[in-house]
Amino acid sequence: MHGRVKVKTTAQQEEEKRKEREKKLKIYVAARDACFSKRKDAVFDDEALQLTQQLLSSNPDFATLWNYRREILTHLETVKDEDEVQKIYEAELSFLESCLKVNPKSYGSWHHRGWVSARLPRPAWTRELSLCDRCLSLDDRNFHCWDYRRMVVKMSDVPVKQELEFTDRLIGSNFSNYSSWHYRSTLLPLLHPESAERPSQRGDPPHSPSPPCPQTHSHRVCEEQLLKEYELVQNAFFTDPNDQSAWFYYRWLLGRAEREEMISCVYVSREEERVAVAFSRPVNARSGVLLLVLDGQPQRVEWRSVHPHFKHSPVWICDLPPGTISDITNEHNLTVHWTEKHAHRDCALYTGRSESWCRDTATDLELFRSELSVEKTSVLQSELQSVNQLQELEPLNKWCLLTIILLMRALDPLGYEKETLAHFQTLKEVDSMRSAYYGDLCSKFMIENTILKMEYAEVRVFSISDRNLTTLCHLDQLLLVTHINLSSNQLRRLPPQFAMLQCLEVVEADNNSIENLEGVYHLPKLEEVSLKNNQISTPADLQPLASCPKLKRLDLRGNPVTQTANVESELAELLPSVTDLLL
Amino acid sequence: MAAEDLPSDFDIVILGTGLAESVVAAACSRVGQRVLHLDRRSYYAANWASFTFNGLLTWIQEQNEETKPEEVKDWSSLMEEGEELIHLSNSDSASITNVQPAQTEGEEPEAEQPLPSSPSNQSKPARKKVSYAQLVKEGRRFNIDLVSKLLFSRGSLVDLLIKSNVSRYAEFKNVTRILTYRHGNVEQVPCSRADVFASRQLSVVEKRKLMRFLTSCMEETEEQTAYNGRPYLEFLRDQQLGESLQHFLLHSIAMVTEDTPTEEGLASTRHFLRCLGRYGNTPFLFPVYGLGEIPQCFSTSCAANMAAYGDDSSLSAFTFIPPVTRQMVSLQTHSIRTGPGPDQRRGGGGVADSLPGEVGDVDEGVVEGGEDVADAEHVLPLSHLRTQADHLLLLLLLPFTRSHVCGGEGSEVRLDRDMSTMDHDSVYKDRLLSNSMTCPPLSNNHKVYYGIIVQP
Repeated sequence: MHGRVKVKTTAQQEEEKRKEREKKLKIYVAARDACFSKRKDAVFDDEALQLTQQLLSSNPDFATLWNYRREILTHLETVKDEDEVQKIYEAELSFLESCLKVNPKSYGSWHHRGWVSARLPRPAWTRELSLCDRCLSLDDRNFHCWDYRRMVVKMSDVPVKQELEFTDRLIGSNFSNYSSWHYRSTLLPLLHPESAERPSQRGDPPHSPSPPCPQTHSHRVCEEQLLKEYELVQNAFFTDPNDQSAWFYYRWLLGRAEREEMISCVYVSREEERVAVAFSRPVNARSGVLLLVLDGQPQRVEWRSVHPHFKHSPVWICDLPPGTISDITNEHNLTVHWTEKHAHRDCALYTGRSESWCRDTATDLELFRSELSVEKTSVLQSELQSVNQLQELEPLNKWCLLTIILLMRALDPLGYEKETLAHFQTLKEVDSMRSAYYGDLCSKFMIENTILKMEYAEVRVFSISDRNLTTLCHLDQLLLVTHINLSSNQLRRLPPQFAMLQCLEVVEADNNSIENLEGVYHLPKLEEVSLKNNQISTPADLQPLASCPKLKRLDLRGNPVTQTANVESELAELLPSVTDLLL
Repeated sequence: MAAEDLPSDFDIVILGTGLAESVVAAACSRVGQRVLHLDRRSYYAANWASFTFNGLLTWIQEQNEETKPEEVKDWSSLMEEGEELIHLSNSDSASITNVQPAQTEGEEPEAEQPLPSSPSNQSKPARKKVSYAQLVKEGRRFNIDLVSKLLFSRGSLVDLLIKSNVSRYAEFKNVTRILTYRHGNVEQVPCSRADVFASRQLSVVEKRKLMRFLTSCMEETEEQTAYNGRPYLEFLRDQQLGESLQHFLLHSIAMVTEDTPTEEGLASTRHFLRCLGRYGNTPFLFPVYGLGEIPQCFSTSCAANMAAYGDDSSLSAFTFIPPVTRQMVSLQTHSIRTGPGPDQRRGGGGVADSLPGEVGDVDEGVVEGGEDVADAEHVLPLSHLRTQADHLLLLLLLPFTRSHVCGGEGSEVRLDRDMSTMDHDSVYKDRLLSNSMTCPPLSNNHKVYYGIIVQP
């Protein structure tokens, strides 16, 4: 098509072309209608095959016709003998090949091919595999073909090793290929699985009764192979640090195992007669998933998430029947069973205590860093060194900076905090289009660090002021926090997740840009809220506070809402419990 | 065409079938001139010829006999009035000298020395020894160019072949990799992105430096112009490129010498890079059946056109074309090819109506062979090259056996519209396969060999 002179078309030629098109359209529409009416009449004959074939060869994306064709073929299967069926399906495959030549990325054609291949009485998977080879040699990023290849491989038990070598080859000829890298990430754990013992030993917190789930670590790769992969992918990103596919694969390699599903915390409050349960991931515990046993007696309770927004939530609460635990001289033993995971957690509420909890801390679980063997730690150290080396050569490469941050976090989140912040600053400058993303990510890491510090100090005060926070996360880790200080950040809202802070008594969030308080919702112990210099603009924005029964002190100085007429009386009506209102 | 049908009147007579002569002949016939194209030799393409091994031996023999000066005959008796006699120059014995078979009879050929960096080496522990006698016996399986040249895939010859549609008469292959000889080893030169990625000799930091240099040198910067007139090597050094990278860039990519000025070095580096990736991971193409193909293709095109045009009998010119400028490349390639000789492959008729730029049909099917490229590659160690210090780029090489000819996956550059339908990007990758021939200037301290055969 290159190098041809564009010939101007005259009006007459245009007209001829238009007519030609119209004529074609007429034929097409007629054939289509014929197909539809045949299908309506449930006619499954050769003529219908012919018709659909004609239409599909000009438009292979016509899903209805593929469906019709499948109906015809399944019908023919019932009336013909095996040899004939084989012949019919083979003809179908060669027809499909011609469709794929017209459009190698047609969803319909690939799907149909998969269907036909699977129904072929005597399947020829080798041929299908070589078809994939051919297609991928023409376009190594045709994900339709990659999908089909995976299906063929699965159906015909192609050795994993052979497929891994295939990805070697494709990556060797052009490593900018997500599909190849991704395929590797699915093959490697099969070929070189991580040995199971070590992670489960380390992962089990001392008091976790839940048995380790066998699938938990199965997608990890053994260390020896991991080292080879690091080397391979390093070659790629040193060769072209702007190519994302290698970096993404690298992140996968550095990734940690999925967290075990477990109950991470059970909290019980005598005064509110309430139980709160935190999970390692958001769950839907609404109906019959959780069983509460109090002093040996199963209780009928209604579980709810902390905020009506959430169907899935990491924190669930329930109210005990009135009077069950209110007597402070009684001791109670509580067990929460997570029936579908066969997990449970006990919690004892002793005499004279108004609340109690049982939990794994973030530090116990190493939530915010990789689980590392000693060897892996040294591997990560050397990875960090080589990526630092690349950063010296390419000081402004965003992938490189981001990877350094991730490596530092995997190694020692608190120790590298200063460097991490500096790198985030550079990132925001070199990739200003994504500065908000980096801001959020940095907020997340700062929150993680603050959680760690809080836990090392064994306090229930979470203080993270003046850290440029743009978002709040990991709030499920703050279930037990009584005081939170978020002052002088860039927060715009206290999100619904904020309602997970079930023990919260005091909120300080001065000098932010908060305009939305959705998350300050049914916090049973909340007494004091300070929101100086924020962006609360109407009394209605304060509506969620009305659900907090103990709220006494509210500081709204420096908010637009203080300028509205009758604000005082409106707020008095909205928040009758507040005795100390500063406007 | 029977002899009596041959036209007896011509507009143009062209002597010699070297590349320039053949191009002119093709051009003239395409514009409707009747061309008589003569060559005093029994083979096509003058110094562009390719021979089988045995053919080469014969050629060397003839060449040595021919060197005796011919006596000048007196033709004046045959001249008619108004005619002027032009003496044709002697066979251009000046351009090729000192030709002799390098192998002395009876000497026991040494085994090929292992090439440490050649990956195929490890997989094939026992390389076959090749003896002179075997070479003679298998001589037909080689096509040896008198003058080794490769075509830059974006050079002017490739453009010409594409535009004129002459490329349809030949098949081309992309050189699979480029090697260099240094510190006693033959090493692969990482020149494309995939090579750099795969290279085992470079550290990751070197990889980054090399890639950065290759990408940045495509644009002209003030930093570069500051080095104008100063040696390219100095520029490379100041770019913090290590010794091995300097070697690759200077000798194998730019193909210049240590004192070549920076602007020239950069220009040839850029040219090299621009040619990368058009047909494969190296910038070079070569005709599958030897360089002699190219002049022949033009001759074929000429012949095809002639049949179509009428006769105008006035002799408009008597052209004498000087011998093609004989520049040599500092590359040593030896096309050793098997397969049908050029003779069998000529003779495309029915192409008279194809004009430049028009879509032509593919006239030769390509044999699919499942062989791996690496199997088909052979590096010919030339001990001459060994002695010749650092300056040579060794290229790759070619399948030895018939079954390899079209084998290499994807390495055959060809026009195949069926395949193209599957791939929207590379599809119309140019129907063309040809390439251009641009020779880097021969620098004085590069010795060039031709007619070298395997000197074990």
